[in-house]
Amino acid sequence: MRYAMAIDTKKCVGCSDCVVACQTENNVPHGYARDWIIEVIDGTYPQLELEYRSERCNHCDNAPCVRCCPTGASFIADGGIVKVEHDKCIGCGACIAACPYDARFVHPEGYVDKCTFCDHRLEKGQDPACVAVCPTKCLYFGDMDDPNSEVSKVVKKRKFKTLIPEAGTEPQLYFLI
Amino acid sequence: MREELIVSGRSNPLIDPHLEIWEWQIPAYLFLGGLAAGILFFAGLFYLRGREDKYPTAVRVAPVFVPVLLAIGLLFLFLDLKHKFYFWRLYTSFSIESPTSWGAWTLLLVMPLSVIWAALYIESVFPKWDWKYTWAKDAIKFLSGYKREMAWGMVVLAIILGIYTGILLSAFNARPLWNTSILGPLFLTSGLSTGAAFIVLLSKNKTERHAMGMIDLMLISIEVALIIHMFMGFKASTRVQIEAADMFLGGQFTATFWVFVFSLGLIVPAFLEFMETKGKRIPFYIAPSLVIFGGILFRFIMVHAGQLSRWLY
Repeated sequence: MRYAMAIDTKKCVGCSDCVVACQTENNVPHGYARDWIIEVIDGTYPQLELEYRSERCNHCDNAPCVRCCPTGASFIADGGIVKVEHDKCIGCGACIAACPYDARFVHPEGYVDKCTFCDHRLEKGQDPACVAVCPTKCLYFGDMDDPNSEVSKVVKKRKFKTLIPEAGTEPQLYFLI
Repeated sequence: MREELIVSGRSNPLIDPHLEIWEWQIPAYLFLGGLAAGILFFAGLFYLRGREDKYPTAVRVAPVFVPVLLAIGLLFLFLDLKHKFYFWRLYTSFSIESPTSWGAWTLLLVMPLSVIWAALYIESVFPKWDWKYTWAKDAIKFLSGYKREMAWGMVVLAIILGIYTGILLSAFNARPLWNTSILGPLFLTSGLSTGAAFIVLLSKNKTERHAMGMIDLMLISIEVALIIHMFMGFKASTRVQIEAADMFLGGQFTATFWVFVFSLGLIVPAFLEFMETKGKRIPFYIAPSLVIFGGILFRFIMVHAGQLSRWLY
C-alpha cells in the first residue's frame, strides 16, 4: 500500500475549494491551512504560461521531517502517510525547518499539524476531503502499488513532475503537466 | 520571468516558517552553548596538560560560570518549545538521525559535569564559600579524586556540544544556507573563540590574558578561513545555494554581516590582539568584547537568514 495523489495542473482553476474543504473537514484553526494554491506565471509577455497547483504535504518516502524529529512524534503511518502524534510533539520546530515544501505549521495548541491525507476518511473508504470536493475533478487519489487504481493509471498515462525531486525527498504528489 | 504566487491559505506568518518558527531563543542558545563548550574545552585541556597554575582563570574561574550559562541556554530552549509541557518526551526516546535528540542527550551529560567542576572550584570565585554540610564536603572530597576523568569528559563533550550547534542547522537540506558541512566546524571554532575571549575578560593574570589572546587570534584566523571557504562552496554549488550566499554577497545581509560580524567581530579584534603581541598598549577588554559581540550576532544572522533561504517560491 502506497498512498499518493496526482494533481492535474491543466484542469485546476485555482478555486480554493480544496483549501476550504480541508479546513472544514479537519477543523483547521482560523488563519491556518493544510493545503494551498500556488499560481505560477512563466515566460515573457505575450508568451505567458499559467499554472495552478493545489499543494499539500508530499508524504515523502524519504521524509526529512520524520528523520529530524527528536521524540518520534513525526512518523510514517500505514500507506506511507506522514503523521504527527500530538502527545509526543514538543513543538521544537525542527520538522518545520526540515520541510522544503513548508507543509507543516504549529497548531495554536502547541503541537505541529499537517495534512494527513484525511486518513480518518480513508478508513471509511472515502477519498480525502480535498479530492471529494474538487469541482473540476483535478485531484486523483489512491494506491500507487495497485496498478489499477485511478492515480496509478493517470500517472502512467500522463506527463508529470514532482516538486524539487533534487532535494532527495522522494515526494508522492504527482503534478500532471 | 517566473513568478510564483500563493493565492490561498498561506498568507500569514503562522504558516510560513521563514517568518516565524525560530526567533531569538535558538540563536541565543546556540551562542551560549558554544560559549559554554569553549570554556569547558579550555578548562579540561589545560587541566590535563598540567597547566592549572599558568591558566588559573581558564581552569578554575571561568568554568564556575558554565552551569549558569547552560541553565540560561536551557531556559531559552524551553521558551522556544511550542508544546512546552511535553518537553520530557525528549528523554523518553533517542533518535539517532535527529540532531535535536543528540543535543538534548549531550546537554544531559554536560550539565551535571559542569556543575561538579564548578562546585570543585567555587571557592576561586566566592572565596568565603562554605559547604555547610559534612556530606557536601565529603562529596567534594570524593569527586576531587576524579578530576582527570572529568577533564577528559569535558574536552570530548565540549567538542560534541560545540560542533552540534552547527550540525543542528547543517542537517536541514530544506534550508540551503545551513546545508553545508562547514557549519559544524565553523560554529565549534566560533564557540572556542568566544570561550577564549570570555576567559580573557575574567582573567587578572597578564601572562594568561596574553596566552589566551594568542589562542584567540589563531581561532579567529581559522574562523575567517572557514567563512571564506563556506562562501566559495556556496558559489560553486547549486542555484539555491548560490542564492543563499547572495543574501550575504550583495543581498540584504551584506552590510550587517561584513561590517559587524566579519570586520568588527573578527578582523578588528584579531588586529588588536596582533598589535598587543607587538607590545602596543590597548585596553585588554576591547578585543574579547568584540569577539563575543560578533559571536552573538553571527548566530542571529545565520539562524534568521537560513530560514529565508529556500527551494520554492
